[in-house]
This record gives sequence, C-alpha cells and structure tokens, in this order.
Amino acid sequence: MVTATIDTGWRKHLPVLNAFLRYGILILVGFVMIYPLLWMIGGAFKNNAEIFSSIGFIPKEPTTDGFVNGWKTSTEYTFATYLLNTMKIVIPKVIVTVISSVVVAYGFARFAIPGRKWLFALLMATVLLPKSVLLIPQYLMFREFGWLDTYLPLYAPQAFATEGFFVFMIIQFMRTLPLDMEEAAVMDGCNSFQVLTLIVCPVILPAIISVALFQFMWSMNDFLQPLIYLSSVEKYPVALALKMSIDVTEATSWNEILAMSTIAIAPSLILFFAAQKYFVEGLTSGAVKG
Amino acid sequence: MYNNKLIGSLYVTPFVIGFLLFTAFPFVASFILSLTDARLQDQLGAAQFTGLANYTGMVSDSTFQKSLGVTFAYVFITVPLKLAFALFIAVVLNFKLRGIGLFRTAFYLPSILGGSVAIAVVWRFVFAGDGLINQGLGSLGIGGVNWLGEPTTAMFSIVLLRLWQFGSAMVVFLAGLKAIPEDLYEAADLDGASRMKQFWMITLPLLTPVLFFNFIMQIVQAFQEFNGPYIITAGGPLKSSYLLPLMIYEEAFKYFNLGYSSALSWVLFIIIAIFTAVAFWSQKHWVFYAQDRGDDKGGH
Repeated sequence: MVTATIDTGWRKHLPVLNAFLRYGILILVGFVMIYPLLWMIGGAFKNNAEIFSSIGFIPKEPTTDGFVNGWKTSTEYTFATYLLNTMKIVIPKVIVTVISSVVVAYGFARFAIPGRKWLFALLMATVLLPKSVLLIPQYLMFREFGWLDTYLPLYAPQAFATEGFFVFMIIQFMRTLPLDMEEAAVMDGCNSFQVLTLIVCPVILPAIISVALFQFMWSMNDFLQPLIYLSSVEKYPVALALKMSIDVTEATSWNEILAMSTIAIAPSLILFFAAQKYFVEGLTSGAVKG
Repeated sequence: MYNNKLIGSLYVTPFVIGFLLFTAFPFVASFILSLTDARLQDQLGAAQFTGLANYTGMVSDSTFQKSLGVTFAYVFITVPLKLAFALFIAVVLNFKLRGIGLFRTAFYLPSILGGSVAIAVVWRFVFAGDGLINQGLGSLGIGGVNWLGEPTTAMFSIVLLRLWQFGSAMVVFLAGLKAIPEDLYEAADLDGASRMKQFWMITLPLLTPVLFFNFIMQIVQAFQEFNGPYIITAGGPLKSSYLLPLMIYEEAFKYFNLGYSSALSWVLFIIIAIFTAVAFWSQKHWVFYAQDRGDDKGGH
C-alpha cells in the first residue's frame, strides 16, 4: 500500500494540480475582466472625493448623490427623456429586424428561388461590407427623404432585412428542423404563410429570441448613426447624452457620469444575465454549425 | 421544400429591395462621390468631377498616411492577440470543473457591453490622469503615467478596450472545442501523445473552421472601430489613435469633404476586401473541414 502511494506520488496529484492551475488563471483573468465594471457601479455610489482617493470598488460612505444629480443632467431634460428616446429607437428596430429577417430567411430556407445562390452570396457580402462605405450616400439619401433629425434612418433600413447576419442565423436554425410538421400542415391545406406563422415561428423561437437580443444590445450600443442623424438634444438617445455629459462635466462630477453609465448599461446587463443561453446559441449557430 | 418560385421570390423581396436601396445603390454612389469634390453643405449638382484627384491626393496627405499606419497597427496588434487570448482561455475553460459557467459569463459579458458609450466613458476614467490605473500605480509607489496624453499609451488604451472584449471569440472557440469528439483524445492518449502534441495535432486542426470564422469577423470589426478612438482619445494625441473610420467621419461631418471622405471609405473597403479575399482563397490550404476525414457529421 505505502510503496504504491509513493510510486505514483506526484502523478496522482496531477489532476488536482491541473484544476488548481486552471482555476488560478480563470480567477485572475476574471477579476481583471470584471473589475472595471465593479469600479463603475461602486463609483456610482461614492462621492467624488472617494472616487479619486481609493481604488477599491466598495463605497465607504454610500450615497445616491451621483444618481440624483446625474439624473437631472446638465441639459433641460432629465435622463428619463434620453432613456425613453433610446427605447423609441431600439424597440421598433428590434421588431422590424425580427419580422423581416424571419420572412426572408424562410424564403431562402424553404423555396427554390431563381438565382438563390447569388442572392445568398449577396446576403453574406452585406455582413462583411464595412458600413462606412455606405455612410455618406445613405446620409444624402435620408436628407432627400427629409428624414434628418428623425429616428427613421435608424430603423427603416432594418425593415428590409439589411442585416445579413441575422437572416443567416435564422436560415441556419431553419435548416436543422425536420420538415414533416410543415409538410403535414400543407397536406391539411395551410398555405406557406400559414405554415410560417403557425408552425415554423413557434419552433424557431429560440433563434428569434437570439436575434432580438443581439439587435437590442447592438442598438443600445450604437453611437455613430445617432451621432450623424440626430441634431436636437431633445431627441438624443442615452449614447449621445452620455458623450455630451463627459464633454460638459468631466473635471468635476465623475460619480454622476458613472451613475448614468451604470443606468445606461443596466438594461443590457439584466437581459444578458436573464437570457445568456440565447446569446451563446445565437453566436455559435453560425460559426460552428456552418 | 416548395417549388413555387413566385411565392419564394415574394418572401425574399424585402431583402432584394433593401439590398438595392440601402446597400447596392449607396455602394455605387459612394464610388461616384469619391470621384468628385462634393461638399456636405452644397447641392450635389454643384459638385464637379475631379477624376482620381481624391485618391492621388492621399499620397501627399500626411494625416491619411498617419491614419492608415495606426489603423494597420491597431488591427495587427488587436486581432492576433485577441484570437490567441480567446483560444487560450477557451482551452482552459474546456474542462469539467465546477463553476465553469460562471467564468464563461464573466468573460463573455464585456464583449456584450464593450461597444457601448458607457464603457468607453468608464475607460476614459480608468486611464485618466487621476483615474483608476494611476491610483493603483500610486498605491504601489509608482508614479502615474499620462495614458491618454502620450501617443503610445493612448493607442494602448484603445487596444486594451478591444482585447477586453475577447469573450465572443472565446464563446465560439469553446463551442468548437466541445464539438471535437473525445475518442480522438483517448486514442492519442493510448498512443502516448503528450498534451502539447494533442493540442497541435488534434485540437488546432479541428478548430480551424472556427478559427477562420473568428479571424474574418475580428478583421472586419477591427478595421471599423469607431467608438473607442472617438470617445476615449478623440484620435489623439498627435493623431496617434486616429483610425480610418474616425478620419472618414471627420472628413465628411466635420470638414464637409464628402468626395474625399468617400474616397477614404473606398480605400478602407478595398483593404478589408483584400484581407477577406486572401482569407477565403487561402482557406483550402489551412482550414480543415470535417468531410476531409470522411466524416459526414457537421462540417461545412
């Protein structure tokens, strides 16, 4: 017994050492990754003097001053206006993205369309095409439409399935489904649109949720488009309001800005924790099953 | 499933209209604009064709050359580092241990939030003169660094913001790792292959399709970075973080040179097109798809 233990001594501990090493790396990296976020949230509850004097993230004398004063903003509107504006952009954008992507993906996945191969190649090309090459003509076009300083340029294009990535995600999901349910529905006299709404949509719900979540998140983060198209402060979304606030108050009130940054990412943060599985599935469906 | 071409075409019509109106037309229009001296405040009719003047003008534009240089530096530093780090952490995570899900969440979160203005603002505070990093250095007795005020360190701050968002690439790598059949490793163990050898001979080759996907996505995204340099460094100091997308924006919407800005955006497009074309062309030499080993599961 004893000799056997000595013989295999260090090898026996190898799995433990391995796990120890892995945990060590993960904890170290995880700490560095999450610390800026903790520091932001903690800083939102500190007073300014403490932000500059301590690198810890737990406030010693928690205060909501940052939230109270930050909410008032340095403009004539409260932060509520900017949050509401963001929703006025993001919600229509998510809805039209989902509808148009599902409809187009259904066409690609289930029909023999003339020139389908070419259309699919064009769809994928839109994923790789840098947006800045379209920026100026789109701006001029929307100026002709009289859409400047409205929210239309921010979501009208998405009603036409312009984001190939989402269409691709749903096509990939549809391709994995067995066809017998849909064929049975056709036998029973459903037309293809009824098949889509009654049979396909409930089954592809996970893919729809992934698309909606990604589009929500990306639209919340979007900065360049509102920057170009919106000129009146009363129409600003959170992204522009935050940028404006650091230009105005940077030297003094970090706690206000950190508090408003915390509020700005809160919706994304909550959705991420509530629906992480859909983010992972959405991201990996194209890459791994592809 | 259906053979009715008419109805099928109806379903993809939104895409065709959207593609023509919001992609194809602006794409062509931007090339035509790049051959003119169009200005934002004037009617388009007033613009004159200037041939390739906007393109030849770049040769003597030191701002453009600086911008092109820092853009390449940014992409060549961030993309390989981000991919290598994402792969490394994915390999560490791909292990049956308690709490792995928690770590995956922690690593993935920054790439969901990282593109937001809120995070860019926090980054600016972290690297500010009296910000988090300098306070940390100060408590160790090390003098502060003027992170955003020096060309090298300003670039470093926006590079770090991109590396911080390695999570999405990691999640894709992790899914790829989980798809590798375990029996391959068991067979290699029996043959006495070391862990290192197994990584190079099994893991990496089978991961190349995922690596290819991540590489393309990261290249395309890195060349289009805008929020970081715009909000954190404003492209400075001395244009040291003046990435091309920022220059394109400022030429058009700050200096109103639509023609020149369009030409710059075409240069950016051509650079990205060359990179993706080379990647797609070269994939037959290094990307290993499942059918290559006579396996009809998964794959391309």
